Amino acid sequence: MLSRVADSLYWMSRYLERAEHTARVINVQLNLMLERGAGSDDEYWARVLNSLGVQMAADEATHAQTLAVSLVRDTAHRASIVSSIIAARENARQVREQISSEMWEQLNRLFHSVRRAHSEAAWDAREFLQSVKEGAHLFQGITDSTMTHGEGWQFIQAGRFLERTVSVSTLVGSFFRERPVASRSIPQSMLQSMKEEGDPEHLEWLGLLRSCTAFEAYCKAYTADLKPERVAEFLVLHPGFPHSIRFSAAALEGAVKEIGGEARSRGKSRLERIAGRLHATLSFGQIDEIMTSGLDAYLDTVLRQCGHVHSALYQTHIAYPIEAALGA
Amino acid sequence: MAGVSSRQAWPAPFEKYELDEAFDEMVDAAGEVRPHYERLYHGVLNLEPGELRRRQQLADLSFLHQGITFTVYGREEGTERIFPNDPLPRILTHSEWSRIERGLAQRITALNLFLKDIYNEGRILSDGVVPREMVYTCKHFRRQMRAFSVRKDVYVSVAGTDLIRMPSGEFVVLEDNVRVPSGVSYMLVSREVTKRIFPRTFRECGVEPIDHYPQALLATLRALAPQGCSDPVIALLTPGVFNSAYFEHAFLARQMGIELVEGRDLVTHDNFVYMRTTAGLRRVDVIYRRIDDDFTDPLAFRADSALGVAGLFNAYRAGNVSLANALGNGVADDKAIYAYVPAIIRYYLREDPVLNNVETFQMSDPGQRRHVLDHLERYVVKAVGESGGYGMLIGPHSTAAEREEFRRRVEADPRNYIAQPTIVLSRAPCLIDGAVQPRHVDLRPYILYGDKITIVPGGLTRVALRKGSLVVNSSQGGGSKDTWVLYRD
Repeated sequence: MLSRVADSLYWMSRYLERAEHTARVINVQLNLMLERGAGSDDEYWARVLNSLGVQMAADEATHAQTLAVSLVRDTAHRASIVSSIIAARENARQVREQISSEMWEQLNRLFHSVRRAHSEAAWDAREFLQSVKEGAHLFQGITDSTMTHGEGWQFIQAGRFLERTVSVSTLVGSFFRERPVASRSIPQSMLQSMKEEGDPEHLEWLGLLRSCTAFEAYCKAYTADLKPERVAEFLVLHPGFPHSIRFSAAALEGAVKEIGGEARSRGKSRLERIAGRLHATLSFGQIDEIMTSGLDAYLDTVLRQCGHVHSALYQTHIAYPIEAALGA
Repeated sequence: MAGVSSRQAWPAPFEKYELDEAFDEMVDAAGEVRPHYERLYHGVLNLEPGELRRRQQLADLSFLHQGITFTVYGREEGTERIFPNDPLPRILTHSEWSRIERGLAQRITALNLFLKDIYNEGRILSDGVVPREMVYTCKHFRRQMRAFSVRKDVYVSVAGTDLIRMPSGEFVVLEDNVRVPSGVSYMLVSREVTKRIFPRTFRECGVEPIDHYPQALLATLRALAPQGCSDPVIALLTPGVFNSAYFEHAFLARQMGIELVEGRDLVTHDNFVYMRTTAGLRRVDVIYRRIDDDFTDPLAFRADSALGVAGLFNAYRAGNVSLANALGNGVADDKAIYAYVPAIIRYYLREDPVLNNVETFQMSDPGQRRHVLDHLERYVVKAVGESGGYGMLIGPHSTAAEREEFRRRVEADPRNYIAQPTIVLSRAPCLIDGAVQPRHVDLRPYILYGDKITIVPGGLTRVALRKGSLVVNSSQGGGSKDTWVLYRD
């Protein structure tokens, strides 16, 4: 497969995953806002933006709410949902002949619907976010069922799960950074209050889980009793939940191993080692140890390792030096 | 002359069908529907009112969802529009088509011999059949191609020849396209649309298939593989997604199962061409290039080209990679050389041309130039090296200012212009705002030349969708329609 094509498939998938993640997080927060009591809206949105990894200048924090709106539908904002979908579609357009017609049609349909929404006067944010989520899910389902699970599909998988590892780590990390909870020192009062429904803290943990589509799955594992340590364990270390960091890292490793087949050894083993180490770190992690030494720092390591996987993938398959390839 | 119908009012949706001096594809001079159009005519009559329009909207929607669009230049970058497709097919009888087919095969054979000759011995120039300066002053003459035999002497492997039908009903050649002709994907897609809209009529008429075009193209490219290469790796070289024909490049690559590459995917080393893949570099043997000569190789041609591949031309001359079409073909479809094509055919093949040319005036000839400039409002003036309907003046539809502008341009650079009488193209029924109305059409069949000549029956019928307009190019408000060649007359 052409390196350029692999590159486009990888980014198409990353952008779409990013759009879906952003849409889900903002949608959850919009719902929570309805039940919130006092407090500045801007302060609230500043935290949400932070959890999405959006960097804000100091003076921007005062109008975070406006920024949040632009993050949904402003094409001038590069990280916005609309921009991500345009970028995903632009990447797909570059490799139109490599993806199935059904995939292209779905992505194109999603593109046209968000473009329409962008210009419509009567615009319903929640309806819009819902349609982005559904559109992205549909695209993933179509991809998995209409495209050969060959190298191109593995690049799509790699993109999707690398992006998911990064975005969930960023989200969980920022959440715990703002509410430092060491496992052994949760104040009794707080544990108590969390059980009372309608309590702001309770709502926020609920929001975190929902932002990862994890609330129902969490309840099945631990009942509706929301404890920070358990929430962290579920989102970071659960082996079978598709939005957990460990699950994503495992899928990323799996995809990376399948790429390039047997045909190539140059740099391949390094890439596999880096992706394998990321997965292994998470597989053997213990939540109490992680919480003691700091979840925040732990997730920073995960993010750094994701960066390494990305660069190794590029050096091995996409942007390799020609001299090295001719020598082989 | 408008509105002369010898027949009483047509039934809906044909109520606005008016005849004039143009040849009408559906209705004969007596005002009767031609026999080969009968089935389609009744097929349309028998549809519920509004049904035709509904089916057309469905087809449009599917075009949008499939991304069958083209890019319009000179607007915001990447402006895509749905390719306008008219659902009513244009129908040709078997005998009309066989004559066209013979004429096209004859023409491509002669043009190939011509290109080989002018880049090597130059017999036709020494014999004075085509003036030497006409060839050497051609903007598309490539001196780099001198004294180099291309693989199997095939210069033109893919041609798209534009035919028009005179008021007399005769098909004549308007221009040849032997560099990078486009539009064949619209021919294939239009066929899918008519099969969906008129399944019964299609079957009853007995229409020759065209679906084998991609396989035939692949076979043609294979035939050009470098010597000793039995299983060639073939790639289609595109300028990229911002090119107006990108949809077609992707479509053909997919239909043929070959890689669609851009210049940045290819590298040359020791006169071999490689593509950059996830598993390392892979050798490429045949390139179906859809970029212009000038942009193929910054070392040999335009140094500022970012679309091409440095070193490609040397690899080509070394015989390690074949290009289709060959470089330097533009001499053969230069609009001034066009006037000599009948002579070229007689010279190499010792036959009379099956398909005639349109009368053409050379602006480099002082007498002809004076005559045309004195009657500009009657003529179509064209820049010789342009295509796609750019750089053209249609006398009868022009303003005095436009004519003045062209007069200035012609006088400044006469070699660069030719003039032809304004020809009223034939008209075929089209669906316009829910009613069937006649619009001017041309016909572009596609000719493949590898080990043998293959012409899929029919081609792309282009329509000037604006009432009265004679310009069929998609960049100028034209559309396409399917072309049916019947098994029987």
